[in-house]
Amino acid sequence: MKNQIKGRISSVETFGTVDGPGIRFIVFLQGCPLRCLYCHNRDTWDPKGGKETTVDEIFNEILKYKDYFRFSGGGVTVSGGEPTMQAEFVAELFKRCKEHGINTALDTSGFADAQQLESLLSLTDLVLLDIKQIDEQKHKNLTGVGLEKIHRFTDYLNDKKIPVWIRYVLVPGYTDDIKDLKGASNFIARYENIQKVEVLPYHSMGQCKWDELGDEYKLKEVQTPSQEEVDRAQEILSEGLNK
Amino acid sequence: MTNHNFNGGKWTKEINVRDFILSNITPYKGNDSFLSGPTDRTKIIWEKISQLLSEERNSGGVLDVDTKTISTITSHDAGYIDQDNEVIVGLQTDAALKRAIMPFGGIRMVLKGCEAYGFDIDPSIEEIFTIYRKTHNAGVYDAYTEEMRKAKKAGIITGLPDAYGRGRIIGDYRRVALYGVERLIEEKYKELEQCNVNLSEEASIRLREEISEQIRSLKDLIKMGEKYGFDLSKPAQNATEAVQWVYFAYLAAVKEQNGAAMSLGRVSSFLDIYIEKDLNDGILTESQAQELMDQFVIKLRIVRFLRTPEYDNLFSGDPTWVTESIGGMATDGRTLVTKNSFRFLHTLDNLGPAPEPNMTVLWSEKLPVNFKNYCSKLSIKTSSIQYESDDIMRDYYGDDYGIACCVSAMRIGKQMQFFGARCNLAKALLYAINGGRDEKTGLQIGPEFKGVSTEHLSYEDVLKSFETTLDWLAGLYIDTLNIIHYMHDKYCYEKIQMALHDKDVLRTMACGIAGLSVVADSLSAIKHAKVKTIRDETGLFVDYDIEGDYPKFGNNDPLVDDIAADIVKLFMDKLRKHKTYRESAPTMSILTITSNVVYGEKTGNTPDGRKAGEPLAPGANPMHGRDKNGALAVLSSIGKLPYEHAQDGISYTFSIIPKALGKDMDSRINNMTALLDGYFANGGHHINVNVFEKETLLDAMEHPEKYPQLTIRVSGYAVNFIKLTRKQQIDVINRTFHEKI
Repeated sequence: MKNQIKGRISSVETFGTVDGPGIRFIVFLQGCPLRCLYCHNRDTWDPKGGKETTVDEIFNEILKYKDYFRFSGGGVTVSGGEPTMQAEFVAELFKRCKEHGINTALDTSGFADAQQLESLLSLTDLVLLDIKQIDEQKHKNLTGVGLEKIHRFTDYLNDKKIPVWIRYVLVPGYTDDIKDLKGASNFIARYENIQKVEVLPYHSMGQCKWDELGDEYKLKEVQTPSQEEVDRAQEILSEGLNK
Repeated sequence: MTNHNFNGGKWTKEINVRDFILSNITPYKGNDSFLSGPTDRTKIIWEKISQLLSEERNSGGVLDVDTKTISTITSHDAGYIDQDNEVIVGLQTDAALKRAIMPFGGIRMVLKGCEAYGFDIDPSIEEIFTIYRKTHNAGVYDAYTEEMRKAKKAGIITGLPDAYGRGRIIGDYRRVALYGVERLIEEKYKELEQCNVNLSEEASIRLREEISEQIRSLKDLIKMGEKYGFDLSKPAQNATEAVQWVYFAYLAAVKEQNGAAMSLGRVSSFLDIYIEKDLNDGILTESQAQELMDQFVIKLRIVRFLRTPEYDNLFSGDPTWVTESIGGMATDGRTLVTKNSFRFLHTLDNLGPAPEPNMTVLWSEKLPVNFKNYCSKLSIKTSSIQYESDDIMRDYYGDDYGIACCVSAMRIGKQMQFFGARCNLAKALLYAINGGRDEKTGLQIGPEFKGVSTEHLSYEDVLKSFETTLDWLAGLYIDTLNIIHYMHDKYCYEKIQMALHDKDVLRTMACGIAGLSVVADSLSAIKHAKVKTIRDETGLFVDYDIEGDYPKFGNNDPLVDDIAADIVKLFMDKLRKHKTYRESAPTMSILTITSNVVYGEKTGNTPDGRKAGEPLAPGANPMHGRDKNGALAVLSSIGKLPYEHAQDGISYTFSIIPKALGKDMDSRINNMTALLDGYFANGGHHINVNVFEKETLLDAMEHPEKYPQLTIRVSGYAVNFIKLTRKQQIDVINRTFHEKI
């Protein structure tokens, strides 16, 4: 069966081990509505960038690694960029995955209109939801967008009982205020479908991509948080689980 | 005298270790919680050895040499490290790390080795082996043709075992424990009787002489045991004796031969049978069982040969390839993993990581999951284990084979190989373009034929010319090996190792290639991009300009992966055309060990864009930095190389940082196990697994004293990182580390 729905792909990683359970084929899609100051995939913002690919092409690549998914309890994760910007493409891809018994995960900022993503989300086994900040103003400063849409998206996932892993990038000076962490923890506590919280320590490895594009990287002075700081954040955020 | 405490079977009537194992093995599917730490005695011995190892490093790599004694099975009196605390005894000479001289392979290697490390050899030994007793090395050079010398010098064929022992022969050392030497001698006399016909044929006479030599060496083995106060003529009566007997048999081999690789075989689950019995009888505790393995492994870690710095350049880090094959499945569906498989690996925890013995896990999808995860955990912790596909090899070699050296499988006691090192296919491709002339010297090395005449390389032209070159190279290579192994049998026959084989063994002629990924990428560039040639003033093609991009090996792209697979078959089929010494079956490996660095130095610019002097990729690895789709894409490219045309093994070295394996230890173990399962399910034959941060290696280069036991896996074996040459260290660091997180 030929399917000619096309998507724009930034790159792939065949051995993804940190974006969902097990070994995962990661598809990085092109295009993102957010402008996070610490973005480590700066090259994926432009929706016209990357390489145009059909569902067939990318799915045939994925199939080559299905043994690894089976052995590890892994699957496919679509990340970005913001994958919901190419929802039709991702939905078709996930449909193929489900037909072959392959687990699907969507790595998203949640800055999307869930009602319009019904078919995609019905094919999604796990949502990796990035919570950047819980304070409205700080969120805007950090990402360029507000929180309301994200909260409605999260509500929808809860209504539909779609499992969620929360991911929180700990950026010293930007997201590590105790008050903000407690706020995020309270947010997490409102939901029953959140299974896990992962704190990702900020790192500056994405900076080179900003430099390549001639953009100013504003977090030059920011250091990677210490293990103690990461542990503390993990503890506070985890309090929100199973409440 | 047979041992009536075991289940009987065919093994009681004939020499059949496999039958003994299958009749008595206790497969183990549990986890590692039963394991014991090192005993005080073990700690004392290891402390002493660690001290000696550090002295050895500080004295430039060689601690001491016995310059007066020609090493034989019985040449040295008993030697000890600390007799009161040694549970397993026996040294190659009278002191630990004191190297023996073994001139039968070649006196020049001995002389140069002594000279390089500041030792003076007894002049009478030089005289004997120059004037009165011919060596393997002397014999080879009597027979080498001019063309062979030229090809060696140019570096298109190198690493040949023509100056020392060839190795890669595994004696079935278990036979000594199971049957006792007396019984083995009886069986050898029966074999000798069988060989009393057709004595007009050279082969028949040779076999009679060889079996007589074997019998003599078995008698020597008994004498060697007596020096230590043991009676090896009888079978081992308990676990301690079984380990000691197996070790003595192996020790006899490394006293007699300085073979390139002196592998141990597959002893751990065999020994488990004795240990299990003693544990059940209440005469051995788990701690004592572990002590046996720890002390056995200490002995294996200190096997030494005297080699030259040139040798070290090719095969770095003083390797001996005491390869032990662990795990695997029986053909009846049971696993051959035992508690002792765990104990053997557990020495990496009890004594810390080390390159030897070369721990090789025979991986099957059906291995017990607890064992798989234990191996993964140890790999992540120590980077000291290599894995090979039991599911592939069991079809070829049954369930009682072992790995010699790195990736060479052979039925134990029933098969041996003529080790043939490798030829440099990247260089052969340049000869194809240059009509047989060397790209560095301009000398005509191969026969003169029409090379390339166009400015841009045409795929069809180059391929045709490459075939012509490979036709020549295959013939020359096989004949070179024929000479080497004829002379080795004649002047440096492996008496004790062959005494622990059946009379009629299957011999393979183990050829090898280096530079496969350079050749595949070069041909891909020629086919899929435009490659413009650059000549020097003599008309020699010396450089290439690539216009456009091309598919590169290691990205799971059939456009180039198929070229790589085709080259393997193409060259193998050419090797198959030629007559081989003793009608050995030609095979081929894709393995470089650390010689990829030296091969690279000897290879000019290549059409894939690699610059002259840059290292080739090790083994079957892609060229570093060219794989863009992550680890699984690389594994898939490697898995497509056809084992049926590379039956001597396909080596791949994999390096990853811990974080890229997963967020926590449990997921790292899970992912590592799945990675191995997936790789082998998709045609992979061998993988070295390294898990560490690049920064660790950089720091170790600057502060070697902080990392005495830092072990890394290179193509097919493991080395102490700090023992590599600086160039090789840089090569290891430059290689692709999978680190996307």
